Amino acid sequence: MLTLKINGESRQFSAPLTVAGLIEQLGYAGKRIAVERNGEIVPKSQHANTELASGDQLEIVVAVGGG
Amino acid sequence: MHQLTLAGKTYRSRLLVGTGKYKDFAETRAAIDASGAEIVTVAVRRVNIGQDASQPSLLDAIPPSQFTILPNTAGCYTADDAVRTLRLARELLDGHPLCKLEVLGDPTNLFPNMPETLKAAETLVKDGFQVMVYCADDPIQCKMLEDIGCVAVMPLASLIGSGMGIVNPWNLRLIIDNAQVPIIVDAGVGTASDATIAMELGCDGVLMNTAIAHAKDPVLMASAMKKGIEAGREAFLAGRMARKYYSADPSSPTTGLIGS
Repeated sequence: MLTLKINGESRQFSAPLTVAGLIEQLGYAGKRIAVERNGEIVPKSQHANTELASGDQLEIVVAVGGG
Repeated sequence: MHQLTLAGKTYRSRLLVGTGKYKDFAETRAAIDASGAEIVTVAVRRVNIGQDASQPSLLDAIPPSQFTILPNTAGCYTADDAVRTLRLARELLDGHPLCKLEVLGDPTNLFPNMPETLKAAETLVKDGFQVMVYCADDPIQCKMLEDIGCVAVMPLASLIGSGMGIVNPWNLRLIIDNAQVPIIVDAGVGTASDATIAMELGCDGVLMNTAIAHAKDPVLMASAMKKGIEAGREAFLAGRMARKYYSADPSSPTTGLIGS
């Protein structure tokens, strides 16, 4: 089991899991999002080969209306 | 005459618009189209985990292939948060380096925290960002931001979302006269004449959101803003007549009147 903190919320997933796998499970595959893991950007090109570890802190963001 | 050059790229419109506070994406898009704006700001926020991920997104309505998307750091109160947000935005926008930096200092008046703004600007410029920066209308700090390497300096005309208009035209003139980079009024415009006044002062552009989004008819106000910006720019270039205090000057001939 993996415990990840995603956008401030703790969630559990079955291991192993990559960033791409997580995005898929959350329903955001193919969507325009950006991911930060433990304070560092995970570039799109690295999503498929970045393995997540228990305790990882993730931020997943999208563009919204703003001024 | 109306062209604006920013970070080496030329834009036909000197009006930059936000995408917040609209009823829906259709209204957002209609207002942007009516405004003629090519540079459009967006905010960066966490996705709502667990909610329907298949909902349409803002960038479907405002595609980066058609608009220059300007991600902001609205809501950030520290340089670190602003830098992190813009690194995420750059990733979100496939490496696009143009961004709007704003580091706020107070949740009530949304005035910028200038020490944190200067700190974030330095980090971002070193990291390859093209920084357009929301700031106080302080000529000294505006110059500091230019010296750091910001591609545009964007002093407030009055408080964000206030619609109070240009409250200190004198400071704006000092900033404009001293600047080597575009000066864009960001925040405070309430109606088309405010945009015109900013442009008549010699601003290179105006960035606005609420004045359009919270008008009774946002699409019509967007069209009015486009004209206000153009009128102000032309008036600035034309050069206004000198003000004459306490003495009139007739426009019609003073000779050849009947019965004389």
